[in-house]
Amino acid sequence: MTTDTHMASAELGDTIIKIDELNKWYGQFHVLKDINLDVKRGERIVICGPSGSGKSTLIRCINRLETHQEGSIVVDGIELTEDTKHINDIRREVGMVFQHFNLFPHLTVLENCTLAPIWVRKSPKREAEDIAMRYLERVKIPEQANKYPGQLSGGQQQRVAIARSLCMNPRVMLFDEPTSALDPEMIAEVLDVMVGLAEDGMTMLCVTHEMGFARKVANRVIFMDGGQIVEQNQPEEFFNNPQNDRTQLFLSQILQH
Amino acid sequence: MSEVKIFVPAPDRLPPSNTLGPIAWVRENLFGSIISSIATLLFFYLFFSYVPPFLEWALIKANWTGTDRSVCEANTAGACWTFINVRLEQILFGLYFASKPEELWRPTLIFVLFFALLLPLLFERTPGKKWLSIILLGVFPVVFYFIVYGGSFGIPQSNTTQWGGFLLTFALAFVGILLALPIGILLALGRRSEMPVIRSICVIYIEFWRGTPLITILFMASVMLPLFFPAGVEFDKVVRAMIGITMFQSAYTAEAVRGGLAAIPKGQAEAAMALGLGYWRRTVFITLPQALKISIPSIVNTFIALFKDTSLVSIIGLLDLLNMAQTAARSVEWKGYDIEGYLFAGFIYWAFCYGMSRYSQNLEQKLDTDRRN
Repeated sequence: MTTDTHMASAELGDTIIKIDELNKWYGQFHVLKDINLDVKRGERIVICGPSGSGKSTLIRCINRLETHQEGSIVVDGIELTEDTKHINDIRREVGMVFQHFNLFPHLTVLENCTLAPIWVRKSPKREAEDIAMRYLERVKIPEQANKYPGQLSGGQQQRVAIARSLCMNPRVMLFDEPTSALDPEMIAEVLDVMVGLAEDGMTMLCVTHEMGFARKVANRVIFMDGGQIVEQNQPEEFFNNPQNDRTQLFLSQILQH
Repeated sequence: MSEVKIFVPAPDRLPPSNTLGPIAWVRENLFGSIISSIATLLFFYLFFSYVPPFLEWALIKANWTGTDRSVCEANTAGACWTFINVRLEQILFGLYFASKPEELWRPTLIFVLFFALLLPLLFERTPGKKWLSIILLGVFPVVFYFIVYGGSFGIPQSNTTQWGGFLLTFALAFVGILLALPIGILLALGRRSEMPVIRSICVIYIEFWRGTPLITILFMASVMLPLFFPAGVEFDKVVRAMIGITMFQSAYTAEAVRGGLAAIPKGQAEAAMALGLGYWRRTVFITLPQALKISIPSIVNTFIALFKDTSLVSIIGLLDLLNMAQTAARSVEWKGYDIEGYLFAGFIYWAFCYGMSRYSQNLEQKLDTDRRN
């Protein structure tokens, strides 16, 4: 394993996510093994690996969509425990974007974006709507605000999902394969939005196989297999000079095409 | 750069004339094949041999006026609606109100009020629908209690054992539906709870009430319920029937709602969790509205079944719409006019059930946001 000192680290802040000796099982199946990961404020991490390697499970542990059995996760100074209050405190600060968007189909785009700010952040409705419109403009679909998700294309839906998360003004954004369910033409419009977020200094953990995106914005690329972190490095080193044979095999397979 | 070709759409033409018009429609749809032609002819034969004679009996030659059976006995070729006309108060409002002309305004006012609140709700553009619904579901039952039951504000208390007819059917069904929906929703949520104790309680409740016939429940409500209370505590018969029906109905509603909840993708709750919404907000804003929308047909199905099942209260000696019509047709004055009584009762049941069915279809269409591509 190489150290994570690289050129961008000078700009990074203090540790916002600290994962120590994390272990998780699904029944008998050991899905995450001794994971240690520190994420600095402003850091952008891309996590890749074969399917079943535990990468989605890892980021889902960070906002407690999955529970872990051993080890600790501390997000912004709050440790994740059974305590529902702590869990909701953390979820408020951590946004998540899903592979299948998971927009609320019975609410309009605008309502999707204002529901949590109004009920969780207790923002006044007008203010929540103003903020929502601002983020919808940022993801370039303000004109769709009063439509229902079912009327939008996949790429538009995923951009709404990003705007919905941003409306909560999160400190960290988790992306769980955000472009895997999209047609090629739509991947670009979603990645553009994500690059824009990265440029604004958002702390991001992104499970994706978009290696172009990783090269462009990541401070660090993590490769996982069999529930373990096999290798992590800054993108240039990671792609050009992978240290582990498993990483080399994986990269040779996904970069071949 | 080479010259770009400009696309000009070709003008639209009319379809061939032999595929248009009523004759083409009849040929295509009614006589399209041999089997289709036979079915068409058979249908018309049956239709014309049964429907006109029925209409002639029920409408054209029917007796509408008069005050006793002599009118009907003079003309036996038509239905005797005179019977319904004379006994209308009894069939609609029951014996208590039918025997006291000075109190008839009470049930009349209640139904006028009910329809005045309900009808505007059926139209898309009515303003303030939210308030109308709240009044209908929250205030109306209270008004019903004070007007129909009485006992305060100078309104004489009515004897519930003499409640009957459509008024009783309506009261039982309205209370059953009104209480069963929220209880059913809570039971459905409880059955999907992660807490084993709550889950077990809900499963036992649902399976017990669902596995017992309504007749048995009504029997138990009338015979066994008093055993659980100290001697002297008198439970009103109608209240007992309402409790029994609500218990029974809530188990069915719970299963209909659970079906809807099970159909909501896990990602919906996860997305709500990820935004920091707690269990109740997640349920109220995200999962439940979608689940209820999916389960509208099956919920309304159980409501329609309940509306008709209220006639089982005859088992504990209450005379609802059906039984009151039957009773009236067996009275000395009107003996032999059972058919008219059943037809009238059947028509009222049908009108209400069909109304519920249409309303649910409307609601489904209106709430269909996710497939509006």
